[in-house]
Amino acid sequence: MAAQAFRSIRDIPLEEYFTSGHRACQGCGETIAVRHILKAAGPDVIVITATGCLEVTSTPYPYTAWAVPWYHVAFENSAAVASGVEAALKTLMRKKLIPDKKIHVVCFAGDGATADIGLQALSGALERGHDFLYVCLDNEAYMNTGIQRSSSTPYGAWTTTSPPGKVKPAGQMTYKKDLPTIFAAHGIPYVATATVSYPLDLINKAKKGLEVNGPAYLHIYTPCPAGWRFPSEKTIQVSRIGVQTGVFILYEVEDGQFRLTVKIGRRKPVTEYLKTQGRFRHLSDKEIDVIQKYVDERCAKFGLPPVEAST
Amino acid sequence: MVLSKRIAIECSHAASLAAKLANVDVIAAYPITPQTHIVERLAEYVANGELDAEYINVESEHSAMSACIGASATGARVYTSTAGQGLALMHEMLFIAAGNRLPIVMGVANRSLSPNLNIWGDHSDMMASRDCGWIQIYAENAQEVFDHTIQAFKIAEDERVLLPVAVCFDGFHVTHVIEPLIALDQEEVDRFLPKHRKAAYRLTPDQPSTWGSVASPDIQTELKVQNEWALNASKDVILEVWREFGDLFGRYYAPLEAYRLEDAEAAILISGGFAGTGRMAVDKMRKEGKKIGLIKLRLYRPFPIQEVREVLSGVRSVAVVDRAISAGGLGGPVYGDIRNILYDVKDRPAVLSFIAGLGGRDITVKDFIRIGDRALEAASAEGGEHKVEFIQVRM
Repeated sequence: MAAQAFRSIRDIPLEEYFTSGHRACQGCGETIAVRHILKAAGPDVIVITATGCLEVTSTPYPYTAWAVPWYHVAFENSAAVASGVEAALKTLMRKKLIPDKKIHVVCFAGDGATADIGLQALSGALERGHDFLYVCLDNEAYMNTGIQRSSSTPYGAWTTTSPPGKVKPAGQMTYKKDLPTIFAAHGIPYVATATVSYPLDLINKAKKGLEVNGPAYLHIYTPCPAGWRFPSEKTIQVSRIGVQTGVFILYEVEDGQFRLTVKIGRRKPVTEYLKTQGRFRHLSDKEIDVIQKYVDERCAKFGLPPVEAST
Repeated sequence: MVLSKRIAIECSHAASLAAKLANVDVIAAYPITPQTHIVERLAEYVANGELDAEYINVESEHSAMSACIGASATGARVYTSTAGQGLALMHEMLFIAAGNRLPIVMGVANRSLSPNLNIWGDHSDMMASRDCGWIQIYAENAQEVFDHTIQAFKIAEDERVLLPVAVCFDGFHVTHVIEPLIALDQEEVDRFLPKHRKAAYRLTPDQPSTWGSVASPDIQTELKVQNEWALNASKDVILEVWREFGDLFGRYYAPLEAYRLEDAEAAILISGGFAGTGRMAVDKMRKEGKKIGLIKLRLYRPFPIQEVREVLSGVRSVAVVDRAISAGGLGGPVYGDIRNILYDVKDRPAVLSFIAGLGGRDITVKDFIRIGDRALEAASAEGGEHKVEFIQVRM
């Protein structure tokens, strides 16, 4: 693979394709990710967005925040719609009915749209090998409908449909579905995880995903101030501490080769991450231990160091 | 002189051949009986290089229609087909295809809906989606399947229309029957249908546009009303396209087809493949001096309100035979539509509801004669109260 396309923040294009004026919450992690990914894509792109916060806040008719062709069809099928777009571009170019140039096809979908309702459509599109980039903006719950749990909600998180109670003290009692691993198992050319506090890592992965021949899957941890219960100016800090504790593991799987892209010298305990967010406020030490153990096991599997000794 | 050749073809393959001659760019399809033969043949065309198209083997009918929507929005000429449960799974997407004004053409091999699992024909699949905003045409035989499929592309892509079209034909009773077909060759089709779709509105970086945004209560009404207007207005274009097709190839079509109705006192009305059996029954009854005729309803949406009123103006009763139930005591869906539009007609005929041929059960000549006799009884009786009769029910 060629050298990184963006070596410093100064390499990131100034052009904006996801413009200001949209109605996302202050501190929304999703919009930061989308803005950067579109900078990597440039103007020759067709964007498909699943139903969710991003769609709702960026296109209140007759306004739009999108300076590129953009289509929202429904919740569960952005990958299937993208399949059709990509197939149409291919045929129309082959028949010389439209100019033959590279047009990227990009899907943006939330974790509910990816892990739950749209899992089948995405699996099908990846298996068929369509040339497109699928971006999962993972804010770990159905935020658009008011913070309901998805299968991407982590153990111990409060949501409106996983409230902590006497019977279920942790709130969400199940573990987060491991989407990047599922999609890497499809054998597609490129799978990566990213988060908004590492913008160069994110935008370079987007670029790689756009440039590979075939499907690419990008999983982005996008902190949500409203749903995670933290002040809106803390998005980047929450994202960064997520990486430093090993809760978010940033890696890529390129042609089947796994590589950690952000290595942590000294890993912090998960309490550092949990205490930044109101959604974990109810957790007892016992439950925090459960989470720490779970994160430790995952980190060991992915080659991250153990938690630094407490001083 | 029309230099067409007469061939024997399975009706399913008549649909495939029509889509091939229409030079479709993208096909997205999922297997379901009794529709599979259509897309199998299309897959062969693509594999052999006889048709230059992208064939997407999607993982569900929901994704089939989703992919068709994406491809059509990008400017491609798009075809798919489905049946029964497949159409039901597509239901959500059908409205979006119509609402986003996408000229997709779909063959519907009409099949019953579960439960219980039944792969055979009736109209309950399309009738459950009849308000989806699509143009809906019912074909009776291979010739109609072929002609209506080719015409569908021209209708759908007309800038005055820009709506999807469903060409419906009965599962098994039509799809799997081998029939004579006067096929058109490529040169003939090209004279009628532009070789490629010209999409004035499409997703392209050359002219970025936002599709499928959020609509508040402030605007949703206007958007929905525009769809309804477009569907209603499509009727003139449908008639124009059918006329043009007739002028070129000698086969003329109308929203409905009357048979031996001239001096009839009563009529039987049906759509789809069983119209043929109905005509046989009419012939038999006519021999006995019974004044009865048959109306085949071809264009179901937009509903040919004026034509139906006119054709029924001469009869004293009409027996509507539905292959579907409008649940909750309303009889058949077509019956409901007919009764509805006759309400404000002076001297309207009595309208009777018969439900028959569910889940592939045959509707025999004997059944039609019984229905016809009931219609004749009603023609000479007073009144015309709402009553629903199920044919061949063993209870």
